Amino acid sequence: MALPPPIGRGASEGGRLFREWFAGLEQAGDDGAQAAYVFVMGSLAELLRVFDFRLVFPEINSLQTAVRRVAHEFLSEAEDYGYSPDICGYVKADVAVQLRKGAHPMGRIPRPALAVLTNACNTYIKWGEIWERLHGAPVVTLDIPGSRTAGGETWPGDPEFERDRAYVLGQIQELIGVCERVSGRRFDIDRLRETMAEANDMSEAYAQVLALNRHRPAPFNAVTDGTIYLGVANGFRGLPDGTAYFRDLLEEMRYKVARGLGTLREEKYRLVFVGVPCYPIFRRFNEMFAEWGGAFVSSTYLWFASGGTDLAWRYDLARPLESLAEGLLVSVRHAMDSMFFQDRMIAGMLDDYAIDGVVYHPIKSCRTVSTGLADSRRALAERHDVPSLFIESDMMDRRVVSEAQLKNRIDAFFEGLAGKRRG
Amino acid sequence: MSVVAGVDVGSTQTKAVIMDDGRAIVGRALVETGANVVRAAEHAFAAALREAGLLEEAVDLVAGTGYGRYRITFGNFQVTEISCHARGAVHLFPGTRTVVDIGGQDTKAIRVGPTGEIVDFCMNDKCAAGTGRFLGAASAALEIPLDELGPTALRAERAVPISTTCTVFAESEVLSWLARGKKIEDILLGVHQSIVSRAMSLMRRVGIEQDVTFTGGVTRNVGMVKALDDALGFRANVSPDSHYMGAIGAALFALDRLAGRWTEPSATEQTP
Repeated sequence: MALPPPIGRGASEGGRLFREWFAGLEQAGDDGAQAAYVFVMGSLAELLRVFDFRLVFPEINSLQTAVRRVAHEFLSEAEDYGYSPDICGYVKADVAVQLRKGAHPMGRIPRPALAVLTNACNTYIKWGEIWERLHGAPVVTLDIPGSRTAGGETWPGDPEFERDRAYVLGQIQELIGVCERVSGRRFDIDRLRETMAEANDMSEAYAQVLALNRHRPAPFNAVTDGTIYLGVANGFRGLPDGTAYFRDLLEEMRYKVARGLGTLREEKYRLVFVGVPCYPIFRRFNEMFAEWGGAFVSSTYLWFASGGTDLAWRYDLARPLESLAEGLLVSVRHAMDSMFFQDRMIAGMLDDYAIDGVVYHPIKSCRTVSTGLADSRRALAERHDVPSLFIESDMMDRRVVSEAQLKNRIDAFFEGLAGKRRG
Repeated sequence: MSVVAGVDVGSTQTKAVIMDDGRAIVGRALVETGANVVRAAEHAFAAALREAGLLEEAVDLVAGTGYGRYRITFGNFQVTEISCHARGAVHLFPGTRTVVDIGGQDTKAIRVGPTGEIVDFCMNDKCAAGTGRFLGAASAALEIPLDELGPTALRAERAVPISTTCTVFAESEVLSWLARGKKIEDILLGVHQSIVSRAMSLMRRVGIEQDVTFTGGVTRNVGMVKALDDALGFRANVSPDSHYMGAIGAALFALDRLAGRWTEPSATEQTP
């Protein structure tokens, strides 16, 4: 008997994995497992899994409150506690989760036994300090050197890169000591090889999935579908389930490409999304583009919020720790470049992905992602004749999301695209 | 002869124009939008038809624009006011490269290319600072009718700077300057300059290129026209029909569609 076509499997399996993941977090208190709080940019999941930490991504917990339309309750609670409306919405929703002793719409979030963060976002560092004060959890901050100049990346063999790698490696070795102390387990380098091998395979499949959107029509929507893939890529990095998910997803996307199946009845305009999605009206936001035939074929979110997984950096399992340092350095640096220097990457894909327009979506509560977007847009416009739209809202706070204003600008953008096409 | 209509349902006022296929405006009307958007659109359309001496049946196509465009029950299709103001401005002033529209709650800057296409646009976000509403607040605080604000401001000797960016707080600031003995005309000039300063910021974002055409209801205020010209350092195009620019643009799009030059469907309103 022929197997049913795999269409929609990525979405349904992603949902299932997510529910299982949160169920696992809920059990953490009962089964004695310890929770490590980590972030999407540089989670070091490969290493933390060696010590059997259950990973908690507070950014994902927070955005889930917005998708489930209860973020305002969490934001208000943090503001009642004393946070300003201008502070990062992810931080505030998490503070409310902590104040509620872990109560979250997806299940109970365990307290942190350890928190690991990088400097990819400066708010991470202050956020870690909050957990330190609330729970007394040890917080390890890894300082990852970023690109010194736009387009000035160095690579293995370059003296500058080797210095940076040694710097990161030293920090990873310190982290291993902390993990041993907190978990009571000895570091096992063979287990690290296993998780790194899984991460290698998952990253490769993830990058191949993203590249399939070069096809017309694009087989997946980089904003709506892509966010599901992103959740799995973060939550299941280093695990066989994550690798299997992306292998299956690759199969699904190849199936769709082979049959010319896209996400819209007619894909009229191919768009790049720059920034963080508008979670308070997540589906509706996309609909406002889809009703004009606009399809998001790429998104910088799938680059930086995957911690640079899209780069598909392969670890060398013969020298795991050195390679882990190298991979962390390269992928977190790529994640930061995807926020700060993304105009170069977008310019490089305009022809390859047949891009008709670029949508910049700065968000009020994340200055890290949003600050440079106007400048980046200007830089792209100076060198390339590609229309772009600049619309601001928020990833969490519905008080600063005005659907009517967004729609007006989106409609005008498409009227302009239609006019440009008419000539 | 074909006849089309453009109806612009703005937040404060609703404008309608009737246009023949020679692009001549044969009827125009302006009504307060009020709470009933549907009725405002109907009233404006009916009044414009009366001025044109035409019956509704004579109109081949109606294009709606403005925030209430989806509430125009008799409309055939909708276009955003961003596209309509650009289209109308280029029609009346073919040299237009930058459009600044200051309406009741919106201020928008639009840069257009040599063939009238929209190159970029920018609008005030989530706040009515720098819009006509700012003048409304000043009118209430100073107890001066709206249409006397501009002429009064022109008599000013030295502008009082209005620093707040919030329309609600601006009213308090105006009152505090009054209490400190500042002259009404000087305060008003400050209010006008404050609005222009916000509009200039939006225009700089899209890039100011001559000709600049000023559109929207605030063009009727001579003080605003003068303040904008002063800030620009040159004169902006203003027409007696600038107030109707959105409706004029909508009517021009209707003529395009009638001639088969524009066949794409416009967006539809959907609720979540």
